[in-house]
Amino acid sequence: MAEPLLKIRNLTLEGRSDEEWTQIVNGVDLDLHKGEVLGLIGESGAGKSTIGLAAMGFTRDGVRISDGSVEFDGIDLVNARMSVKRRLLGKRIAYVAQSAAASFNPAHKLIDQHTEAPVRHDVMSRKESEADAMELYAKLRLPNPEEIGFRFPHQVSGGQLQRAMTAMAMSCRPDLIIFDEPTTALDVTTQIEVLTAIRDIVEQFGTAAIYITHDLAVVAQMADRIKVLFRGDEVEEASTREMLDTPQEDYTRSLWAVRSFERPAKPAPTADAVPVISVSGIDASYGKTQVLHDVSFDIHEARTVAVVGESGSGKSTAARCITGLLPPTNGVIRLDGRDLPLDYRKRSKEQLRQVQMIYQMADTALNPRKTIGQILGRPIEFYRDIKGRARRREVEKLLDEVELPASEYIDRLPSELSGGQKQRIGIARALAAEPRFIICDEVTSALDQLVAESILKLLARLQDERKLSYMFITHDLATVRAIADEVVVMKDGEVVEQGPKTEMFTPPHHPYTDLLLSSVPEMDPDWLNRLLDERGRENIGDAAVDKMG
Amino acid sequence: MSNVLTIILQRLALGILTLFVVSVVIFAAVNLLPGDFAQVILGQGATPEAVESIRRDLGLDQPVVLRYFDWLAGAVQGDLGTSFAQANFASFVGEGAARGTTVMQQIAPRFENTMFLAGVTALIAVPFAVGLGILAALYRDTAFDKGTNIFALTSISSPEFFLAYVLILFLAVLNPWLPSLSNIYDGMGLGERLQRTLLPALTLTLVVTAHMMRMTRAAIINLLASPYIEMARLKGMKPMHVIVRHALPNALAPIINVVALNLAYLITGVVVVEVVFVYPGIGQLFVDSVKIRDIPVVQACCLIFAAAYILLNLLADILSILSNPRVRHPK
Amino acid sequence: MSGWLWAFLILAGLLAAAWAFRAAGTAVTKNRPYFRDMPFTVAFGYMVAVAAVAGGLWLWFQPGAVFFRWAVQFFVAAAIAAFLFRLVGRHVGPGVTRKAFRQMPLTASFGILAILVYAILAIFAPVLAPYGQSEVVGTVNMLPGGNPATGGDPAHPLGTDQIGRDLLSRLIYGAQNTVGIAFATTCIAFFLGGSLGFLAAIIGGWFDNILARLVDVLMAIPSLIFALLLMTIASAWAGSQQWQLTLYMVFIIAVIDSTRVFRLARAVGQNIVVMDYIEAAKLRGEGLGYLIFKEVLPNATAPLLAEFGLRFCFVFLTIAALSFLGVGIQPPLADWGTMVRDLAQFINFAAFSPLAAALPLMAAGAIALLTVAVNFVVDWMLHRSSGLKD
Repeated sequence: MAEPLLKIRNLTLEGRSDEEWTQIVNGVDLDLHKGEVLGLIGESGAGKSTIGLAAMGFTRDGVRISDGSVEFDGIDLVNARMSVKRRLLGKRIAYVAQSAAASFNPAHKLIDQHTEAPVRHDVMSRKESEADAMELYAKLRLPNPEEIGFRFPHQVSGGQLQRAMTAMAMSCRPDLIIFDEPTTALDVTTQIEVLTAIRDIVEQFGTAAIYITHDLAVVAQMADRIKVLFRGDEVEEASTREMLDTPQEDYTRSLWAVRSFERPAKPAPTADAVPVISVSGIDASYGKTQVLHDVSFDIHEARTVAVVGESGSGKSTAARCITGLLPPTNGVIRLDGRDLPLDYRKRSKEQLRQVQMIYQMADTALNPRKTIGQILGRPIEFYRDIKGRARRREVEKLLDEVELPASEYIDRLPSELSGGQKQRIGIARALAAEPRFIICDEVTSALDQLVAESILKLLARLQDERKLSYMFITHDLATVRAIADEVVVMKDGEVVEQGPKTEMFTPPHHPYTDLLLSSVPEMDPDWLNRLLDERGRENIGDAAVDKMG
Repeated sequence: MSNVLTIILQRLALGILTLFVVSVVIFAAVNLLPGDFAQVILGQGATPEAVESIRRDLGLDQPVVLRYFDWLAGAVQGDLGTSFAQANFASFVGEGAARGTTVMQQIAPRFENTMFLAGVTALIAVPFAVGLGILAALYRDTAFDKGTNIFALTSISSPEFFLAYVLILFLAVLNPWLPSLSNIYDGMGLGERLQRTLLPALTLTLVVTAHMMRMTRAAIINLLASPYIEMARLKGMKPMHVIVRHALPNALAPIINVVALNLAYLITGVVVVEVVFVYPGIGQLFVDSVKIRDIPVVQACCLIFAAAYILLNLLADILSILSNPRVRHPK
Repeated sequence: MSGWLWAFLILAGLLAAAWAFRAAGTAVTKNRPYFRDMPFTVAFGYMVAVAAVAGGLWLWFQPGAVFFRWAVQFFVAAAIAAFLFRLVGRHVGPGVTRKAFRQMPLTASFGILAILVYAILAIFAPVLAPYGQSEVVGTVNMLPGGNPATGGDPAHPLGTDQIGRDLLSRLIYGAQNTVGIAFATTCIAFFLGGSLGFLAAIIGGWFDNILARLVDVLMAIPSLIFALLLMTIASAWAGSQQWQLTLYMVFIIAVIDSTRVFRLARAVGQNIVVMDYIEAAKLRGEGLGYLIFKEVLPNATAPLLAEFGLRFCFVFLTIAALSFLGVGIQPPLADWGTMVRDLAQFINFAAFSPLAAALPLMAAGAIALLTVAVNFVVDWMLHRSSGLKD
């Protein structure tokens, strides 16, 4: 076999924290041949981005290569002179960052940034490069390829910017591109078009690529081979199909298994049942712009209603209306059939107790200066007037319920807990009020998949034991499938479609629901191809949304 | 472009409004005086008739609001009233309007001198401080950075008069290179004038440089951490190119802000430094007037200082709006 | 013109030395990246540093450079004291402070040491000072040094002032008056600005709007200028009561400075108020008092403490400036700003009596040293808290 394009041996990286160097990547090997795409996958803290940058001979401040070698086309990148590396970067090795909006310089037009590398590396003249850019823009299906380059980054949408950045990486026709989570910050419908564009162009030019992501389904579409990382160690590596069909290691299998959790749908509520929470016809606005239009849905006892939509669809606003933080301008909210005052300040203690909330970012949801005992003890004392030793016993019971050993955690500060543990405390705080109804606002989206899974299971168990009703806000349809009884789909502040889960996941759908559902990547390497065949190449993403108008 | 114009007009209007309110505050503060001007001028032993007469002369028998608008209208036309110190009230009690030197006549030449001093300072301090700040940011966490940081903290912490006397000690007394007193008068040659202004200007430079340098450093470090700088480096651009082409256009707004803020800060420094060097500027006039309670002059100086301060902040605001590509090229 | 020629020659020499330094470094270390990839500017910087040290050594042995030698000696002594202090701190006391001392830079440990010394001087001034602050004890304008041959008196090591008061005693009492008054002023400013700022952040709405606009207007007047204006009026109010004028000054500066504290407290408060845990507490139905004292304040202590240090410096310098201008702390209280003004003319005697010339600098330096010390500590605190965040 030919010598690989990129050859990494025993790459060991160290990171600095508190003036001390600790190892963050422990001797990883990697081979990449010409025209091959390798997927690097792992949870946060696996060291995948750091490895991606090290493959370019680059380390961020506070990171250093302590051992091992990185050879690109026979050139030793670890010991090369800066000037030698500079001649490679941008020309033969290019980089596509996670946030295109932050990685384009706000002061220059796209085309000026695009032509910079080819002109400075003497690959093309400015004129040639400009013409080439337009060609690339057209290939990546950007609208108005002749004109879009002459805009400033802030004048272009996120998905388009990400494609423009891919075009920029292609500007010198490099041998290798590092893609660092290029679609993580995008909505599902936008993600598809960026994925398609990236894949097509990489194939077309036969460029080798390292594709870094935490999303298995995405990497399955993009990569020929997949390497799984865990805390700076390689877990296993195999071709994409092999990896999906027959994973060897337990850790990999557990990653795969996450997707399979699904709870059976409950029988529909009886017709005369009074919903725990009933929202009817609410409008809401921030200042003069109306953000919710005539939103109505019911949530019955011991059932979960998932509110689904992309960013800006108004799903979190609906939650703020129910809690009373943003009093709706119109409409009624009922708790157990009785009208709830729209402003939370006018609600009674009892009414406040019944509606609790769990937040997306457990970091900002827990006061960093209070111990777990204080955080959980306060609502117990406040609502139930239990003090002193009895209060501590209640806190211990709650910790048991969320599966944390009480004696170990009760006197700790939130900063001493992991993300998943913090989210459990958030749940326990909501339970402390003994509510009937809990709003879960993207509670799993900041967590790694395995942890998210365990949180979902915990919530399901608590619902069964305590007859809790959940309003589950999420943009992730896998989560919906796992936990929802009913689904409400929102777009631009309006409810597009709603109904029981089983109905929603079987056709026919409302066109927007269909678009959302079909855009969620599946763990099947052929999924993207099939989808594109179904929709037709020109009809994906934004274009599809626009068509529906 | 109309959008930019609107924003600038809004800021201008806000600035003028602030200035107006500030003038009210200054006027109101002065009217908190026990008794009134007349009492203050003549002292405790004055006869009631004398007080009454001056009160009439100065229009103090008018209602406060009317007096305020009189004063404001005068100020807008450049008439800031009559200085007490220069007017010998006792001699023309009952003779009609006070005929002393007007405040304007006193302030005008001194204002010019102060502007000269501030100008010289800015010419030295701005390039020096910004350059030093950029260097410290580029070589951060090195001995050079730590050294400049200690120097900056020390000179921020030192009272202006300490720096002034240290400079006098070394540059005027021990080594007679520069004059320690800055007596400047009309018709002086520019060279000599510069020489006599240099020592106060250097003192102010030390005071202002430290702030400006630290703020520049922070702004540049913040900027260098942004992803688009990393992107430029990952495109294989040379360090100089990264700085000139990618960092500088975005650094402009924060640096302009820093410069304007510190020039505004100069205003405070000017007062003490002018006193130390007996520099005939507006700051010294202000302090002298405070001591003898020459209210019209104090009021006028205060208004001028506040106006300069507001103007500089406004300028910083507008320039940084203009340097923002998001505003210049709306969607 | 020869001055320019010299400057040019030195510059050229440094550039050449820098080039040679880098080349030699590369050769000796066998092509290590450190020297090989060193930018020319860095090499030049090293050479400038070497030249500066050489120049300093040369100056040290010049007979006229008394002040330079004093400055260097003081600097070295301060560094050694700070080092020893840190060493002691690392091995004595509870675990928390020992840990803090371990990560502390020398500047911060110097700052803490200096603040402690000032605090002791201020509190025990009556015990430490040989004479009272307004006590007329000796001949007028006695030279410092304590050597009778040069017109001194061993009983007054720093000499006496224009009306025969012992300067050493006044310098020590200055710590009590200047620092004490500045500290009290800062406390008032903090209480006023801090509580209003937090209230504005939490209540929001019109209350916040009105206060913020008001503060904007007050901040549009430079603080020293505003203070001078108000002092004019206060001096009319106070009449001949000197202590009253000092009291007015405290309140005037406290009010002016509280606007700055308000700004910061409001900003800090607003950052905390948008946190989800505050929302959770609000939705629980908690009252205003609980929100401020139990949820917001505990999270605001670090930035507020740093701000307290900076504010103190600012107040301290403003009071010193006012006193220097003659409208601040009033006699017979001894204070450093006034002392600088009164002793300033001695600076012209530097050539024949360096110690006399040092007197005004000592008083001014006492002000500078304390603010430097506080700034060093605050700088370290800010650096630490920003480092913890990321």
